[in-house]
Amino acid sequence: MANFYTDNDDMQFLVQHMDLARVAGVMEEGFRFHKEFDFAPADAADAVDNYQRILASMGQVAGDDIAPTAADTDEVGNTLNADGSVTRPAGIDRAIKLLGQAQVMGFTLPYRYGGLNCPALVYSMTNEMISRADASLMNIYGLQGIAETINAFASEDIKQYYLPRMASGEWTGAMVLTEPDAGSDLQAVKTRCFQDENGQWVVNGVKRFITNGCGEVLLVLARSEPEISDGRGLSCIVMERNPKVKVRRLENKLGIHGSPTCEIFFDNAPGQLMGERQRGLITYVMSLMNGARIGIAAQALGIGEAAYRVARDYAHSRKQFDTAIENFPAVRELLVDMSLDVQAARAITYHASFCVDLELGALKRLELGDQSTLTADEKKQLRADSRKYKGYNKLLTPMAKYYASEMSMRVSNQSMAVLGGSGYMKDYSVERNLRDARITTIYEGTSQLQVVAAVAGVISGTCKDVIEEMLAKPTKLDAWPADVASLVEHVRYGLGILDEAVAFVKAQNSNVYRDLYARKLVDIGLYLVLASLFCDYATVNEKKKAVARRWLADKLPLIAALKAQILSGDKSIVDDFETLAGPVPVTE
Amino acid sequence: MGFNCVVCVKQVPDTKRITANAMKDDGTVNRAALPAIFNPEDMHALEEALAIRDQHGGTVTVVTMGLPTACDVLRESLFRGADRAILITDRRAAASDTLATSYILSCAVKKLNPDIVFCGRQAIDGDTAQTGPQLAQKLGFTLITYVENISEVGLNRIVAKRNVGNGWEVVAAALPVCVTVMDTANSPRPQAAKRIMKFKKARSKAEVAKAITDAAAAEAACGELAGKGLLIDTWTLDDIAADLAWCGRNGSPTKVHKIQSVVLTGGEYKEYPNSDAGVAELVGSLISEHTIG
Repeated sequence: MANFYTDNDDMQFLVQHMDLARVAGVMEEGFRFHKEFDFAPADAADAVDNYQRILASMGQVAGDDIAPTAADTDEVGNTLNADGSVTRPAGIDRAIKLLGQAQVMGFTLPYRYGGLNCPALVYSMTNEMISRADASLMNIYGLQGIAETINAFASEDIKQYYLPRMASGEWTGAMVLTEPDAGSDLQAVKTRCFQDENGQWVVNGVKRFITNGCGEVLLVLARSEPEISDGRGLSCIVMERNPKVKVRRLENKLGIHGSPTCEIFFDNAPGQLMGERQRGLITYVMSLMNGARIGIAAQALGIGEAAYRVARDYAHSRKQFDTAIENFPAVRELLVDMSLDVQAARAITYHASFCVDLELGALKRLELGDQSTLTADEKKQLRADSRKYKGYNKLLTPMAKYYASEMSMRVSNQSMAVLGGSGYMKDYSVERNLRDARITTIYEGTSQLQVVAAVAGVISGTCKDVIEEMLAKPTKLDAWPADVASLVEHVRYGLGILDEAVAFVKAQNSNVYRDLYARKLVDIGLYLVLASLFCDYATVNEKKKAVARRWLADKLPLIAALKAQILSGDKSIVDDFETLAGPVPVTE
Repeated sequence: MGFNCVVCVKQVPDTKRITANAMKDDGTVNRAALPAIFNPEDMHALEEALAIRDQHGGTVTVVTMGLPTACDVLRESLFRGADRAILITDRRAAASDTLATSYILSCAVKKLNPDIVFCGRQAIDGDTAQTGPQLAQKLGFTLITYVENISEVGLNRIVAKRNVGNGWEVVAAALPVCVTVMDTANSPRPQAAKRIMKFKKARSKAEVAKAITDAAAAEAACGELAGKGLLIDTWTLDDIAADLAWCGRNGSPTKVHKIQSVVLTGGEYKEYPNSDAGVAELVGSLISEHTIG
């Protein structure tokens, strides 16, 4: 009997600490759904209670039903059959059925399409638990952003057709974007879509590395305007799996073996245009990607949590030199670093999800809700919220994806260090965690691309705004208690360092210099955002006080070192590239 | 063709988390010291019933006997898909052993006129596995114990696979039947999110009375719950016309004589000769040690 919610103190603390009631108010649009749907919450307390119950129920499914099948799923993988169909591992098939029965496959969808209308924050928490059980299952459970995108942009007919089937778990989806020559650069997509003589939209081309490409609903990015070669020539086609869509190949991957990665061939495959022409990449896929990035952050978080737990347990029970290895400072350092790393990834991922809920919630109230119930002041406030959090999210979403995915690599790697030879063997989950972790730093935008996205917000001052806002007042108290106030002063000292670093980079007036030091700037920003979050938690939680102290002790010297590097003016990486990197290897 | 399925469930102390305070001085279970959970095999009985309903139609009614706090297992049954939940609660039912419990359950189940009654194989607190079989006997239903699979349910016929320890037995019986279900039979479905959101508000009359002391206000609250399908039916011994002589302490011949902490220790083994006399000696010693008999 394992429950991945009730056994996780940190997750439960954040559920208590974060302002879920505020998010519930935004999601439930003044709790107006209660009259139409008898299960919808009547007030904020009711909604928050629902979230907690759903988390506990999902925790049980993850712990009892999914985790025990993960090793087998990893071993068996997916099989491409001669007829082009894909046979999934038994554990994944069973899990999809269970998640359908649990009514969680339309987690964030509106009630009227069979959804739960839950916030992105709670969805992230479930993604974390599912990934802790089996990271590869998250590639199916965590693809609900496809339904979310259809909900946001498609016509009512398309929504009515697809969404209830997706919410019930009967249909799963795939976001069909990548091509052999269009990876990070999606503007280069070559797959064509056009209307045939009957006005039917059809798709032609090849897509590669498509997660769950064998799913029932495909959201395809394709070129509708052949004369426009960049992103403005792309549209989104939504289609139900049909005989004109052929899975040609399944990739043989390092990790996430339960997730089928497909190469798909579209041979005049019929579909429907979603939304408007030419907005495929610039509006729809960008929106889809932002949600997906939070999803991957949560996936990475689950992997890190799983890997850390194995190490913590092993170090406690494994005896060498007549003592448990947890008693050696070197092992303690590994464990403490890992524990803080996981907590930090959780803090930034949940905070980013929270801000996404506030942005999209405000937008929804303004655009979809009953306008007559809003006063002029309320409207003004909603507009301000939507603008403010949109800016925050441009920073926090890539930060969360970058931090959590890199954390999952560090932590699964360190976990293997704790387990030593045993960790290298298949007897423990750590080798699987390490293999599964690697992809999280790559897909939905590599870490390097997340840094490019985040650095803009660090340089523009958004990052400082986020931190200043948090330092202004703790969530649950009116002022900082004395013992935390001293930590807050350290964060302010760090902010001064950030200011200096940003000013120096700006003064160089060089995109190359900015790009070269982007990661270091983002790291400083991240360490300080996290420090301010930990200070906030520390006001109500003794353990977090120790975490905040340790975090600052560890990161402030790093921040100073990063600043020194940024202020060095050194551009040898770019200037002396040929010499330092050496010649391109010649292959016979 | 639908089947009227009744599932008997029990709220039990979580014996996996047993501590030194688990037993009271009088030898009965100290329920306060242990978290109360859904008896694990009853969850499999519920799943078996829900699967039959999903395939053939009909209804699943869950019945439990206990204190009003046992409504937790009824709500959980509703979260997982049960159509109706009934609490049998009555002070006069306190201290019932399996004989009295099965009698009380039989009075309630008769009112529901089921085609199939499902019980878990046994409960993890008493570990008797007696209630299901005794219930079948009192209902006059055919009993099929240790069920691992129900392969067929049709007009007046059920076919089930029983685990008989060292093998399986496939049996057919006419309806109505009472089956006891093993944990190897199925994997219970998860709680459904929308059902959680709705039925978390389900309450029995007794729970409402505890929360609202004013009788008229409590009555009104019950009416409101009933209107929303959220009132858990509460039956007393009078409601099910139970003979009080068969209920509670009066109806319970089981008396706990003594509780011992048994520490198993290995000892010398003794060989008995392979003869009638040897076997007689072995049986005699087993009887004298109360291993058998």
